[in-house]
Amino acid sequence: MHTAAGVEACLPIRSDMDLVWVRQHVRQAAARLGFGLVDQTKLVTAASELARNTLVHGGGGQMAAQHVSSRGSQGLRLAFSDEGPGIADLELALSDGYTSGGGLGMGLSGARRLVHDFEIDSAPGSGTTVRVTCWVVRPPRPREGV
Amino acid sequence: MSDAYSGPVTGHVPVLRLGDVLLVTLQGDLHDSTAQQLQQDLAETVSRTGVRGVLIDISGVEIVDSFLGRVLAEIAAQAKLLAARTVVAGMRPAVAITLVELGLTLPGLGTALSTEAGMELLSQQAPSRPGGPRQESP
Ligand SMILES: Nc1ncnc2c1ncn2[C@@H]1O[C@H](COP(=O)(O)OP(=O)(O)OP(=O)(O)O)[C@@H](O)[C@H]1O
Ligand SMILES: [Mg+2]
Repeated sequence: MHTAAGVEACLPIRSDMDLVWVRQHVRQAAARLGFGLVDQTKLVTAASELARNTLVHGGGGQMAAQHVSSRGSQGLRLAFSDEGPGIADLELALSDGYTSGGGLGMGLSGARRLVHDFEIDSAPGSGTTVRVTCWVVRPPRPREGV
Repeated sequence: MSDAYSGPVTGHVPVLRLGDVLLVTLQGDLHDSTAQQLQQDLAETVSRTGVRGVLIDISGVEIVDSFLGRVLAEIAAQAKLLAARTVVAGMRPAVAITLVELGLTLPGLGTALSTEAGMELLSQQAPSRPGGPRQESP
């Protein structure tokens, strides 16, 4: 039985040390909800990209983690928000390889591929919020335990 | 499966010299500044020691995002300019799957499944032994 305790949290994103805590929290929350290793890795990687964008482009902000369930499926929803400059051209920002700085421009588009649901809310001058959700998909597998 | 707690890693990552190769073992969750520090340390150490290879063991790394991916690619690029090859060894399958989906294929990075295989790769491909470039004579 997987438990949702310890999944919900709101973490600050103000320094690269905070990125470490965000990754650690997402890893633990995903494991608690029963995500498999590959899905945990995808989620943590997506969270790392989005949290770094919040820090680097948004000037800092926070991540809220939430346990969601729908028709018997368990999921993890993460919201990254900042009050930075916002994104003027979302389509451009979401294209592979576009960066306004010295990055690879793969963070936002790559994170979108790594999660099941991806929503972005941004306008120039009003900050950016990115919400992502992943669902635990349980393939049939042999019983655990010895 | 035992997943040992791997705390954040800050400061310097140790760089070991094994003959002609520098060996770096990354473990746990790397701080951005630690990764950047390593990049700088490696450039200096390659240049100072004149080694021919850099072997980075990432079997203990749980995720590689675009930041760490870029640092690894830059380590390889700068080592190449300093006449050394870079091999990343032991990437976890989940990390490889995620990197491809993320869109980072890291061209230019040599890879090996284990540090042993990486060592072998680096020793095979060392183009010249100490004593200077080999001259082709007719
Ligand atoms: N929270 C944010 N606030 C403002 N602009 C943002 C935010 N997140 C992303 N952007 C814009 O979208 C662009 C693309 O983001 P993306 O993460 O794909 O690339 P990057 O951060 O520049 O490079 P990297 O590959 O290192 O992540 C950024 O360069 C930036 O202009
Ligand atoms: Mg980014």
